[in-house]
Amino acid sequence: MSLDTATVRRVAALARIRLPEEEVARVQGELNGILGWIEQLQAVNTDGVEPMAGGNPEGIAAMPMRDDVVTDGGIAPKVLANAPDREGEYFGVPKVVE
Amino acid sequence: MSYTIEGETGPWELVIGLEVHAQVVSNAKLFSGAATEFGAEPNSQVSFVDAGFPGMLPVINRECVAQAVRTGLGLNAQVNLWSRFDRKNYFYADLPQGYQISQFAHPIIGTGQIDIELQDGSTKTIGITRLHLEQDAGKSLHDQHPTKSFIDLNRSGVALMEIVSEPDMRSPEEAGAYLTKLRQILRYLGTCDGNMEEGSMRADVNVSVRKAGEGYRTRCEVKNVNSIRFVMQAVEAEARRQIEVWESGGTVEQETRLFDTGRGITRSMRSKEDAHDYRYFPDPDLPPLVIEQSWVDQLKAALPELPDQRRARYVRDYGITPYDAHVLTLEKETAAYYEAVAKGRDAKQAANWVMGDLFAAINRTKTSIAEPPVSAADLGALLDLMADGTLSGKLAKEVFEVMVETGRAPGLIVEERGLKQVTDTGAIEAVIDEVLAKNADKVAEYRSGKDKLFGFFVGQTMKAMQGKGNPALVNEVLKKKLA
Amino acid sequence: MHPTDFTIAGAVAALEEGVISAEELTRAHVAAIEALNPKINALITVTAEHAIEAARASDAKRARGEAGPLEGIPLAIKDLFCTEGVQTTAGSKILDGFIPPYESTVTAQLKRDGAVFLGKANLDEFAMGSSNLTSAYGAVLNPWSRRNDPDARLVPGGSSGGSAAAVAARMVLGATGTDTGGSIRQPAAFCGIAGIKPTYGRCSRFGIVAYASSLDQAGPFARTVEDCAVLLRSMAGHDPKDSTSADRAVPDFAAACTRSVKGLRIGVPKEYHIDGMPAEIEKLWRQGLDWLRDAGAEIVEISLPHAGYALPTYYIVAPAEASSNLARYDGVRFGLRAAEKESDLRDLYERTRAAGFGPEVRRRIMIGTYVLSAGYYDAYYLKAQKVRALIARDFREAWSKVDAILAPATPSAAFAEGEGSDDPVQMYLNDVFTVTANLAGLPGLSVPAGLDPQGLPLGLQVLGRPFDEETVFAVGAAIERAADFKALPGMRAGA
Ligand SMILES: [Mg+2]
Ligand SMILES: [Zn+2]
Repeated sequence: MSLDTATVRRVAALARIRLPEEEVARVQGELNGILGWIEQLQAVNTDGVEPMAGGNPEGIAAMPMRDDVVTDGGIAPKVLANAPDREGEYFGVPKVVE
Repeated sequence: MSYTIEGETGPWELVIGLEVHAQVVSNAKLFSGAATEFGAEPNSQVSFVDAGFPGMLPVINRECVAQAVRTGLGLNAQVNLWSRFDRKNYFYADLPQGYQISQFAHPIIGTGQIDIELQDGSTKTIGITRLHLEQDAGKSLHDQHPTKSFIDLNRSGVALMEIVSEPDMRSPEEAGAYLTKLRQILRYLGTCDGNMEEGSMRADVNVSVRKAGEGYRTRCEVKNVNSIRFVMQAVEAEARRQIEVWESGGTVEQETRLFDTGRGITRSMRSKEDAHDYRYFPDPDLPPLVIEQSWVDQLKAALPELPDQRRARYVRDYGITPYDAHVLTLEKETAAYYEAVAKGRDAKQAANWVMGDLFAAINRTKTSIAEPPVSAADLGALLDLMADGTLSGKLAKEVFEVMVETGRAPGLIVEERGLKQVTDTGAIEAVIDEVLAKNADKVAEYRSGKDKLFGFFVGQTMKAMQGKGNPALVNEVLKKKLA
Repeated sequence: MHPTDFTIAGAVAALEEGVISAEELTRAHVAAIEALNPKINALITVTAEHAIEAARASDAKRARGEAGPLEGIPLAIKDLFCTEGVQTTAGSKILDGFIPPYESTVTAQLKRDGAVFLGKANLDEFAMGSSNLTSAYGAVLNPWSRRNDPDARLVPGGSSGGSAAAVAARMVLGATGTDTGGSIRQPAAFCGIAGIKPTYGRCSRFGIVAYASSLDQAGPFARTVEDCAVLLRSMAGHDPKDSTSADRAVPDFAAACTRSVKGLRIGVPKEYHIDGMPAEIEKLWRQGLDWLRDAGAEIVEISLPHAGYALPTYYIVAPAEASSNLARYDGVRFGLRAAEKESDLRDLYERTRAAGFGPEVRRRIMIGTYVLSAGYYDAYYLKAQKVRALIARDFREAWSKVDAILAPATPSAAFAEGEGSDDPVQMYLNDVFTVTANLAGLPGLSVPAGLDPQGLPLGLQVLGRPFDEETVFAVGAAIERAADFKALPGMRAGA
């Protein structure tokens, strides 16, 4: 499988990374180089193999659960402290038209 | 005859399925320890996890899982002991992580079913496809600034149950009845408060139309409809739109639409025009959600009585009609009120009073069953005063009105206003003697066989006693004197 | 003896005996940083004043008899660990100026045990790289140099390049790193020091900027295996804030360093004899096996049939997770925002992410986005998860035959900036020996074991069973004793 320029543009758009038109061809070349190399995986027989999703080496862990207790929040000043655009107690973004 | 909409080319059937987002009742959020209360100061119920800060990790709230299991049991559904959280990736202003943690491939609850009640007294079974747990997003405010939207993340991370139905509904009424029943079940279970104005329940409505005997045609999804009435309106509006499209030779495109409640039409959501590609994959921050059957059994044993069970019990134990039982169990607060009144009393009479006088008073005073104008204890006391003969039915109605106005207990009102029924036989005899003396002609007529006049004597007696005569005693004494 | 020449174990003893104070020890390292960091660029942020204050507090604690196991020990922290009140960049412009209002669990535990933080170590941007060349805060210079080409600017390896260089140059006694595909073990080998990636789940990931969540694991760097063991004991442990953290007791890793390897079965995976491997690497590997045999271990040839597919598997799994993990860098709540006056939200996202992420990060996000997208998920991502399962299974089968595995740490010694860095795939081959341990979640320790003909350090790697770091430390310490590695980088404090 190799990416055409339309797919490169679509992927960049999905990832919300601006890709200037003059860079499309170069990025396409790089991505195709990597994907071409990755292609070798298709040679592995994986019939009937359960995919390994997490990083647990023993593959048997179950999710730990916490109690339903309020232990966090009430820290609006800290949550907002790093905001590039803080509007009072809110984060500000360009107007979103629904 | 099943519901259809008549188009130019003849009748059209509707096919409707609902996806309901129900906010889970819990103290803390699904994956963080921040609070879930409605209406807090902006960004005051936000942890760094909810705000998607670098290095923050989710840890699940056991109670949210329990609520999903309870709901699954209430929907007669399969509880999956192994389920998993996936990430749904998309960019949006109020989605801080850039993904929603949801259950896509392996939901915690599988197929189930519920029965809905229709106007004509019939019931219909609607299939449940699945229920999964996921995070809510934050909130964007668009009206605070001319060129900016403001983001409040208080809701971000609150647990939601997404409950998906089969496309089993065929009319706006059925869609409304389904949502009503679902809401009722969730509220009985205490897993969602069902408050649609506050957004605790939102419905996405999938609608398509077809000719009789056809397979499914393309459907459209009407997003975020926030009342049962609007769901019914949206179904009809969207169905009519689609019929018009098909009949004018067009093709319905699969898309997401919004219901414009003001104009009563659905319109395309332009802002979502991007082709979506959510790139779901298992969340690597979360191992699989594995629960024990024994825990499920425990939760099941502790489930409260559900609406269907309670309705059946009312018919069986209280001897009231299925319709009355249905009405009295719609809201669990109503049912609780009714049971408090009916307990140890005439259950049918209690039903009549709750559904008649009490409901009327609630409407008139714009109150609710949760904060009723007359408490269940007071209404029960009123019924007791009738039972022991202190009050006649007519007087009881009067006393009830005073109770609504003043909030006072019936016993006090009877006392204060001297409304107590006269049960002294001597006093009643004295009045009757007077009445009979005044109407000697009528007495003669009666005795010569005009039985109907008995009611006249009762009326005259009661009138003379200002309605306070005990009707049974009045009857008894009259019969004796006229014999 | 110069204070920067201490091992951690030695410094702890000296502090305890009052030979040196924590403040003196810290000041000596601050001076080393002031002298060397302008050249090496190992630290993005230096917190000298904080450190001296903390050292004074440490001295006071020790005087009160309340010293922790790392009381007064100067460390560098990879700038991927969030540190409360201290800028954390992840080596990226997109986090420029980000001051976390919280502390990572690992650094909190180090502080609890008395460690003194001298600064935040440089790294490849978002830990994506094997050279430290992708950092937005400039390259890090490897303190070692080639004998016959001393002016060549050698890379320290990556992604924890700043941490490794700082420890090698004696700017600190130890450092934290993270290892997603080899990011501790490869720079440790390139810089002639020790470094361990523990079992996945051994150290909490809470507060560590995520690259690939199912592969990321924190671990220490130090100049000896024992020092790594001492640091790891503080860093490790169950954390209820990380759902993937293992609920297991933390053993006394340092004690394991003195264990005999007699009778241990050491595996040699035949698939690790890759084409074009430099002769000196092959030779060092054989040497390592001889040392272990001499110490009483039994050498067993094993097969890891799918190990050859580990790299392409990694380059699907890691970018896929990264594409999602890095979605939160959107210019709304923290970090860089690049927007024009008339930008709408989408334009703001696209400009911010194009300006804030460097080319390698953008590349991996795009690869990850693509392999997860509709129509490609099964062919790439799901396929990679299945191959990953096979790689993990290969190891499980191996553990029935052997107690540990010995392999080279890297396919070469440190290379120079510009050498082979224009082709991403060529760069990815650096991780060929390390990445399997991440995919299978296993502990891996890199130990300096010899020099190449240019006088550059080479490392050997010990892999172990899940949560059996103790055997890994025992084997690593045996190699360390046998190798008696005494060579020093040209650029170092006190030189
Ligand atoms: Mg939906
Ligand atoms: Zn949903």
